[in-house]
Amino acid sequence: MLFDLIASFIKAVLVFAVVMSFVPFLIWLERKLVAWMQQRIGPNRTGPFGLLQPIADAVKLIIKENIFPSGVEKITYFLAPMMSMIPALAAFAVIPFGSPVRIMGRTVNLQVADVNIGILYILALSSLAVYGAVLAGWSSNNKYSLLGGLRTSAQMISYELPIGLSVVSIVLLTGSLSLNEVVRSQASHGIWNIFPQFLGFIILLISYNAELNRAPFDLGEAESEIVAGYHTEYSGFRFAMFYMGEYVNMVTVAALVTVLFLGGWQAPFGPEIPLLWFLIKIFAFILLYMWVRATFPRVRYDQLMALGWKILVPASLANLAMTAVIIVLGGPNAVRILSVGSIVLAVLVGLVLKAAVALRTKSAPGLAPPAGAGS
Amino acid sequence: MTKPIRTEEIEVSMGPLHRGMEKIAEKRTYFQYMPLVDRFDYLAAMLNGALYCMTIEKLAGMEPPRRAEYIRVIMMELNRIASHLVFVGTLGLDLGASTPFIYCFREREEILDLFDLVCGARMTFNYMRPGGVAKDLPPEFAPKCREFLKKMPARLREYDDLLSNNEIFVERMRGVAKIGADEAVNLGLSGPTLRASGVGFDIRRFEPYSVYPEFDFDVAVREEGDCLARYLCRTEEIRQSLRIVQQALDGLPEGPSSTRINMNLKPAAGEVYHHIEGARGEMGCYLVSDGTTTPVRLKWRAPSFSNLAVLTSALPGWKVADSVAIIGSIDVVLGEVDR
Repeated sequence: MLFDLIASFIKAVLVFAVVMSFVPFLIWLERKLVAWMQQRIGPNRTGPFGLLQPIADAVKLIIKENIFPSGVEKITYFLAPMMSMIPALAAFAVIPFGSPVRIMGRTVNLQVADVNIGILYILALSSLAVYGAVLAGWSSNNKYSLLGGLRTSAQMISYELPIGLSVVSIVLLTGSLSLNEVVRSQASHGIWNIFPQFLGFIILLISYNAELNRAPFDLGEAESEIVAGYHTEYSGFRFAMFYMGEYVNMVTVAALVTVLFLGGWQAPFGPEIPLLWFLIKIFAFILLYMWVRATFPRVRYDQLMALGWKILVPASLANLAMTAVIIVLGGPNAVRILSVGSIVLAVLVGLVLKAAVALRTKSAPGLAPPAGAGS
Repeated sequence: MTKPIRTEEIEVSMGPLHRGMEKIAEKRTYFQYMPLVDRFDYLAAMLNGALYCMTIEKLAGMEPPRRAEYIRVIMMELNRIASHLVFVGTLGLDLGASTPFIYCFREREEILDLFDLVCGARMTFNYMRPGGVAKDLPPEFAPKCREFLKKMPARLREYDDLLSNNEIFVERMRGVAKIGADEAVNLGLSGPTLRASGVGFDIRRFEPYSVYPEFDFDVAVREEGDCLARYLCRTEEIRQSLRIVQQALDGLPEGPSSTRINMNLKPAAGEVYHHIEGARGEMGCYLVSDGTTTPVRLKWRAPSFSNLAVLTSALPGWKVADSVAIIGSIDVVLGEVDR
């Protein structure tokens, strides 16, 4: 009993420390990476390769004056930054980050808490994160904050549907809501869920980008329309908490996607080194989001909603139906049929979309004949 | 929250940047006023200088040497490219794409380096002179410029990948704020903003000045009249300007780059209007002389000022988020709106 208690405590502290120390590194990584993509140099003054830049920024933000702008609703204004950060951290508790190890003759799961409804727990906590944005927007007594808060909350709630539906398909494949079980089932199927659930993976990729409020879906803080959105009025450490919350969220989402789709801690080849493959997968996923951010312009709000409700929700429903039917009819071969089927389908959808875009571009008239064409 | 947030009415408020620049001209000699001209459209200062000098030449009845004309064309077209690059970059930035902005400024930087080589300045050049240009091209200009021309097409493809062929960008621009051909003409639009509405009017082609008739280039025209068309017109103009620079560089004649003229120029009494195709549209200069060393009146026709008129009819009815794209697509430089 005492052993379990101490083990849980150590695990909780370790996970918290590791995730929180990821944050400055990720901020640095994103700045450096986007800078390289944009042919800039990026932070390089503070410490080696500018690695200490986020620390310097954090120190600056922490020692700033604590400002309550006039007319703010003090309690909610004070709570909102925490509300956006704590759910993200708490969600990490059920993520298994390695295969069970044996210490002093006992098996220890590399997971803070092995909850048998881990998936449900994570979905619930990610819904809670909406409160951070909406309370910050509402309590700031600023129209841009309010608009940003409303936008963000509507966006996050809308995109939770496709996320939930895609995750349900995974649950169908696994037959359990435990994240440990999800990883084990991927090992027993001999194939990672990304193959049988390729469509679900794509849907989840897009939806989580919106859920994280990252470009091209960073509508809640579109600087050309609503200043900085729900955190317009925040400064100092409270602003830093929003900023950190965003990155903690990113780590949590990356870890969740790794567990759900990329086989968790399993090695794709070679020996299984604890944590190594898990970290590599998380970082690959985070780098993908950074790359996306450097590439795309921002969508318009109605386009964002249309994408969520008219495309992603039906698509994830279709994926769920397809998965369910094939699991019932396919029996033991279901995973194999799904893998082939979903990848063929994804390629087909991709080709059709590409053709549609090309057709529309072609139909646009080109250059008018040059000389003498004036009116 | 049941109604989408749309622009209902717009009032264009101008004036905070007014510097009385047209009035200052009446207290300066023609040469003394030269450096100030660059401050009208500061993103395309070479074009301003060239227009001012052409107007004085027209007033005084002078002809610059052919080499000077060619150098002017090279500078004007390079500056047009630089100005359009700022347009492409900032439009992308307004729509939330930060990468094209840096890419465009990278190329603009190379053009500014070329200008730096020629006249020592990067923004306000003061390079044109009545009767020619201030200095002949340095020998290292031509190879550097050719190098730039050579790598530009690949760079333009990068912008296409990031913006023109990007579904998000296209979806935000297509069909937004259509301006019909009639409306465009009635509002006095000019330049790419007009040509995107299907009116193929380009002063370089239809009222040729300088040595433009000697070059082979197309006028970029599009029929749609929406934000995307205005954007595509400008990217196409970058390509056409590259063609012109290439031809001018190949056919650069030998000879003097300027004629000696009296610094206290006293044109005969009279008035003259000259206009050129600026980076944003028809840029005109009206000069009245009474035979003394200072003009009686200088009036600048700034394309950005006239193009702003379209906002009152183009913006209402569109979403607030669209206004960023609409204003961006009209490409306003406030330095020439308020003079």
